[in-house]
Amino acid sequence: MKSAVIVFPGSNRERDMLYALEHISGHKPIAVWHQETSLPDVDLIVLPGGFSYGDYLRTGAIAGLSPIMKAVKEKAAKGVRVLGVCNGFQILTETGILPGALLRNAHLKFVCKQVRLEVATNASVFTSRYTQGQVIDCPVAHHDGNYFADEDTLNRLEGEDRVAFRYTPETNPNGSIRNIAGVMNDQKNVLGMMPHPENLIEPAQGGTDGRGIFESALEWVA
Amino acid sequence: MKARIKITLKTGVLDPQGKAISHALDQLGFDGIGDVRQGKYIEVDLAETDPTKARAALEDMCERVLANTVIENYAIELDGA
Repeated sequence: MKSAVIVFPGSNRERDMLYALEHISGHKPIAVWHQETSLPDVDLIVLPGGFSYGDYLRTGAIAGLSPIMKAVKEKAAKGVRVLGVCNGFQILTETGILPGALLRNAHLKFVCKQVRLEVATNASVFTSRYTQGQVIDCPVAHHDGNYFADEDTLNRLEGEDRVAFRYTPETNPNGSIRNIAGVMNDQKNVLGMMPHPENLIEPAQGGTDGRGIFESALEWVA
Repeated sequence: MKARIKITLKTGVLDPQGKAISHALDQLGFDGIGDVRQGKYIEVDLAETDPTKARAALEDMCERVLANTVIENYAIELDGA
C-alpha cells in the first residue's frame, strides 16, 4: 500500500503515523509538505494529529486553506482513501470534506487517555477487519474533539451507515453528540476520527487494537 | 475602511466556555446571571472605499474562513457605512 502523510506547520503526530504505516504496510510512506500543490499516486492519504497553525482562529481552519488541501479534496472526490486523525479530522470538517464540526471539549479540559470505541459499522474500507459492534481500545489526546452536527445531518449519517466509531457511553471523553468518534463521507472513502489508532499498533504501546484500521485499508488495496 | 466582525455560536450549539464564565460570575456573587455565550471579535482594515463592495468581500471572507457556518453566525459592521 502506497501512502502519503501530509505535514502542516504544527503537526506533531506525523512521525507516529509514518511509523505505523511503514510498520503495518511494509512500504515507506511519503511525507508531503502542506505547501505542495500535487500529491503522488498513492492508495491512502493521511492527515495526522497535532496543532496546525497553533489552532489559530479555529482548529484546522488555517490548515484547511493550505495549497495541498485542494489536491487532497480532488483525490478524495476520485475515491482515493483519506484518513484524518485528530487535527486531521478537524481539518477535514473545516474544508467540508466531512460534515459537522469539532467543538471545545464539553468539560473544557485537554484530555489525554485511553477510551473504548465501538465499531459502529464494519462495512467500510477502514473497518472491515473489525467485527460489527466490536469494542476496541484507543487513545485520545485533544482539547477540541466534541463532535457536533445538526439533527438532520446526524440522522443522515446514521441512516447512510457513515458513523465508523462511537465512544462507549461511559468513556465519551469530550461530550461528542451521540457519542460519535469518527465519521465517513458519502462515498465512505474518507474517514475522520479523533482517537489515535496509530498509537496502539504493537504490544509495546499497550495493545494492538488500532491496527485494524490500517490492515483494513491495506486489504482493500491488495 | 474598517470592519468589525462579530462571530457567535449558533443557537443550539453547546458553548462550554460560556457556561464556565456564567459559573464564574455566579461564584463572584453577581446575581441573576442567565445564559452567557462567548464569541469572537475580528477587526479588518480594508483599502476598499465602496461600502457595498467592502461588505460583499467581507461576507465572502466570513463564509470561507472567518466563521465556520456549520456552528457559527457572523455579523459585519462597517465604519462610515
